[in-house]
Amino acid sequence: MKPVKVYVYPAFERFWHWTQAVLTLFLMLSGFEIHGSFTFFGYEQAVRYHNNAAVALLILIAFAIFWHLTTGEWKQYIPTRTLVMAQVHYYIVGIFRNAPHPTKKTALSKLNPLQKIVYLGLKVLLIPITVLSGLLYMFYRYPQQHQMAALNVDGLELIALTHTLGAFLLVAFLLIHIYLVTTGHTPTSNLKAMITGYEELEVSEPNTRASSDTPEPGIVENPSQT
Amino acid sequence: MRKIILILVALGILATVSAGILRKDSPSSSELILQKLQDQSAQEEVPSVNHSLLSPLQTEFSSPQQVTAACLSCHTERGKEVMASSHWSWERMEYVPGRGIRSLGKKNLLNNFCIGVSENLEGCDKCHAGYNYTNHQFNFSNPANIDCLICHDTTQTYAKSGLGLPQPSVNLTKVAQSVGTPKRANCGTCHFFGGGGNNVKHGDLEEALFAPDRQIDVHMATNGVDLECVACHTAQNHRMKGKLYSVSSMNRDRSSCEQCHTQLPHKKTIINEHTLKVACQTCHIPTYAKAAATKMTWDWSTAGQLKDGQPYTDKDEQGNVIYTSAKGSFGWGQKLKPDYIFFNGTATHYLLGDEVIPDAPIPINQLLGNYDDPQAKIIPVKIHRAKQIYDPNTKLLVQPKLVAKMPGQGGFWKDFDWHESAKAGMASVDLPYSGEYTFVDTEMTWPINHMVAPKEDSVQCIECHTRNGSRLAALKGFYMPGRDANPVVEWLGHGLIILVIVGVLVHATARMIVHKRYKKETQ
Repeated sequence: MKPVKVYVYPAFERFWHWTQAVLTLFLMLSGFEIHGSFTFFGYEQAVRYHNNAAVALLILIAFAIFWHLTTGEWKQYIPTRTLVMAQVHYYIVGIFRNAPHPTKKTALSKLNPLQKIVYLGLKVLLIPITVLSGLLYMFYRYPQQHQMAALNVDGLELIALTHTLGAFLLVAFLLIHIYLVTTGHTPTSNLKAMITGYEELEVSEPNTRASSDTPEPGIVENPSQT
Repeated sequence: MRKIILILVALGILATVSAGILRKDSPSSSELILQKLQDQSAQEEVPSVNHSLLSPLQTEFSSPQQVTAACLSCHTERGKEVMASSHWSWERMEYVPGRGIRSLGKKNLLNNFCIGVSENLEGCDKCHAGYNYTNHQFNFSNPANIDCLICHDTTQTYAKSGLGLPQPSVNLTKVAQSVGTPKRANCGTCHFFGGGGNNVKHGDLEEALFAPDRQIDVHMATNGVDLECVACHTAQNHRMKGKLYSVSSMNRDRSSCEQCHTQLPHKKTIINEHTLKVACQTCHIPTYAKAAATKMTWDWSTAGQLKDGQPYTDKDEQGNVIYTSAKGSFGWGQKLKPDYIFFNGTATHYLLGDEVIPDAPIPINQLLGNYDDPQAKIIPVKIHRAKQIYDPNTKLLVQPKLVAKMPGQGGFWKDFDWHESAKAGMASVDLPYSGEYTFVDTEMTWPINHMVAPKEDSVQCIECHTRNGSRLAALKGFYMPGRDANPVVEWLGHGLIILVIVGVLVHATARMIVHKRYKKETQ
């Protein structure tokens, strides 16, 4: 088995990933300013930026959902029980013994079992909760006497606390995520892959998909001469 | 196809973000409203009648009552209107929450300045819109004693003295011939000097308003739209809009910013949304007592000290009286940040005869409302704190007699004897006095409504939406972004992040050590 260059992350996935990364960081910065953690943009600007970035993120999420459904990429996130413990064991023990990754990354199975679970939780739980509480936060109106309001909620407390808790969890996720990027084949191989789309993977046999004029995930480029 | 989708999404997001960040607010209806108001203010009012040409006024008046009779000979129904107004009656029928229908007003309520009118009318009637209101036998249904001129003089030569009569120097004929719509000089004569001196009581009504600049009052500024008091305090049949909650209880006859500015006057939606819970004044009157100081504390318990048997007065460096034998010790404040409360437009009061236990400062008036009340908005207030006389046996606040013509009549300002003053005062309001007195803490709440600042000086987001030193720090019962945080969520959140950082650092260090060792071994 030789490492070969495989096209793992198609253009949209990379675009989605990095745009989401930038928006999320921006939302964290402005959001925690609104929360009162520090001063950076100024309160009024922070609120304005946060609300606009939130709308941008919603647009991105809409397209991302469309992409996942139409390409079938959503199947990447179907959780599996097999090898979950092996993956945990790898991060706790194996990684210090230079053991190989317990699971093989391929274009058809980009995520290890632990990632599947965590990303699924992120996509169906944490992000929706944070987004929904954020929408309620945005469209929340005080109880009104004479005018119809979009939402009449007694108080902001529950909404705000849910949103804050979601934000803390997302920060924690981001920190772990950035660190685990360095646990690839080499410390930078995962990062390079998410930038270029190509990653050197050990492939048992060339796995191919229906070819087209643009490179499809999984198409093997010329194996690099080693 | 993929590329096209990609480009579309990218453009969509770019457009949203840049539209949000670079958006210039376009001129909106709010600016048009302001233009319309400026246009209105620029219309000069021309009176329809020249009073100097009217024969009933072309005579030498020997008494002010003759002037009133002349006025009423043409304005036949106005007398009834004035007699129905609180400028004349000093009371009005009101529903007091928890107390029912009461007749309330200056006439029968206590405050924590000079405490109460009662037996002290000879000192108070200078600001009564009538003549000779010196005792409780005054006939409130006799229009002959209405003082039309105090409000309608336009010569600025009319002034009242003792008994509420005009000073002898006033040329009644000249004044009567030049009557007109009340100007700020008319209103200010009384309302700027409530409590016995400039700005003493209100904190937002003072003589600086006779000719302010925009920094002092954006509406009345002589280099602004130069509005008179009656531009907002409009009247129908002498019933004025606007009233003070030290002497009233009901949510009616209020003057409001919305009269001119509409309910949603801002360009920014997010600020318009604030108007549901935040009154205009809260942001637009960032400070009060902007020019002259206002009285913040009044300690009656120190009153009566004499130097060489004589009453005396002490002043601070700014010239504010800080002690006077007749009244006790004062504390003053200038350029103050208001206190803030939720207010739904109704208020209760300490009513004469109410038994109270002074384990906390006794509220002389209490403005009602809280976050959950849909009618309530946050308003700025001045809180005036005092120590005033109280009977520990009857548990009643005491109405003292302060003013007297002669020593020995129980007037504190002549005799400096609290006991006699309390006895005479309480007798005058038909309430018992046990013979024992002490002093208790009281509080009075004065809404701040005047001296609106230019918009660039209005309160900024961060002044309230901040963890430390929020202007609204004292307001409870709701969650406010930036000000509030749940300690559990904060602990969990910060704990989690610290845990993650420590974990990552430990893991990374271990990996590096292992990696180095492994490299050595393979070499």
